[in-house]
Amino acid sequence: MSKGILARKIGMTQVFDENGRSIPVTVLKAGPCYVVQVKELGRDGYSSIQLGFESQAKQRVNQPLQGHYKRAGVAPCRYLRELRVDNPEAYTPGQEIKCDIFSAGEYVDVRAISKGKGYAGSIKRHGFSRGPMSHGSHHHRGPGSLGSVDQARVFKGRLLPGRMGGRKQVVQNLQVAEVDSSKNLLLLQGSVPGPRGGLVEINAAVKAGR
Amino acid sequence: MDLLKEIERRYLKKDIPPFAAGDTVRVHVRVVEGARERTQLYEGVVIKRKGSGLRETFTVRRVTYGIGVERTFPLHSPVLTKIEVIKKGKVRRAKLYYLRKRSGRAARIRELRQ
Repeated sequence: MSKGILARKIGMTQVFDENGRSIPVTVLKAGPCYVVQVKELGRDGYSSIQLGFESQAKQRVNQPLQGHYKRAGVAPCRYLRELRVDNPEAYTPGQEIKCDIFSAGEYVDVRAISKGKGYAGSIKRHGFSRGPMSHGSHHHRGPGSLGSVDQARVFKGRLLPGRMGGRKQVVQNLQVAEVDSSKNLLLLQGSVPGPRGGLVEINAAVKAGR
Repeated sequence: MDLLKEIERRYLKKDIPPFAAGDTVRVHVRVVEGARERTQLYEGVVIKRKGSGLRETFTVRRVTYGIGVERTFPLHSPVLTKIEVIKKGKVRRAKLYYLRKRSGRAARIRELRQ
C-alpha cells in the first residue's frame, strides 16, 4: 500500500527503548496534509494524489491556484507535492491525512533536499583518499591523475570537484520509532537529509523491512 | 527546539539524587542474561558529568585488582534502577582526569563536611 505525508524536520535527539538502549531519532512535524487533487489512470494517464501542507495566506496564492484549492474545499497551502498511489479511489479531495497513517516499527523512505556544501573537493565529494600532508609531498588533497596519457582527453564521468549537496536525496528504510498523532510528531530512527526546518517527504518504504 | 525538549522530557528521570564530580556513588545496573534479570552494583568515584538534558552522562572510576576501570552511564538510562550517593567529595574541578595518573593514597578525595 502506498501512502505518504509531508513534514518539517525539527531536529535530532535520542530516546530509550524498552531494553534501555538509546536510539538516535529525527523528530519530524508530519502533517496534517490535505488531499487537493486525485489523479486517476483513466482521466490523467496515471494515478496519484496531490497533497497540500501548511497554510498559506490567501493573497500569496494566485487566482488560478486559489480556484484549484477552492475546488478541493481546502484552505491554500504552502507546499503542494504529488504522491503516486495505486488506489486513488481510496482518497477524496479535501481529505485530511495525519501522521497516524504510520505506526511504530514500520519502515519508510524519506526524501528531502540535502544541505548545500558549496564547491567541494574530490575528497569530501567522492571520498577520494588524500596524499601525505608533509615530508616534501606536494600531493595533498588534489584529485590525482585524471586518466592515462594515451587518450589525450578526460573521459566523461570522471569524478571531479564541484557543487555538492543542495540536491534531493532519498534515504530508504528508516524505521518509525514513535508516532504522536496528537502533536503530529513522527520519530524516525536515524538521520534525515536537510537542515532543521526543511521540508521532508515521507513515503512507505519501497523495499520494506529488510 | 521546544518540541525536542518536549520529547526528551518524557524520558527524563525525576528521581536522580544531586551528585557531582568527586562524589562516591553506587550504581544499580539492570543486567539481562538470557531470560534472567539481575541487578549489578558498580561503586566508585564520579570523575565527570557531561552533556545536558536526556543526553547527560556520568563516568564512574574505580580501581579493581590494581587496574583502573571507568564506566560511563547515560544518566537517564532506564537500565540504571538506582543511583546512591555514598560520600560527598571535596574537589576543586569539574573533571577529575588527574586521578588516572594517581594511585593509592594520592588518589584519595577528601570528604566534604557541611
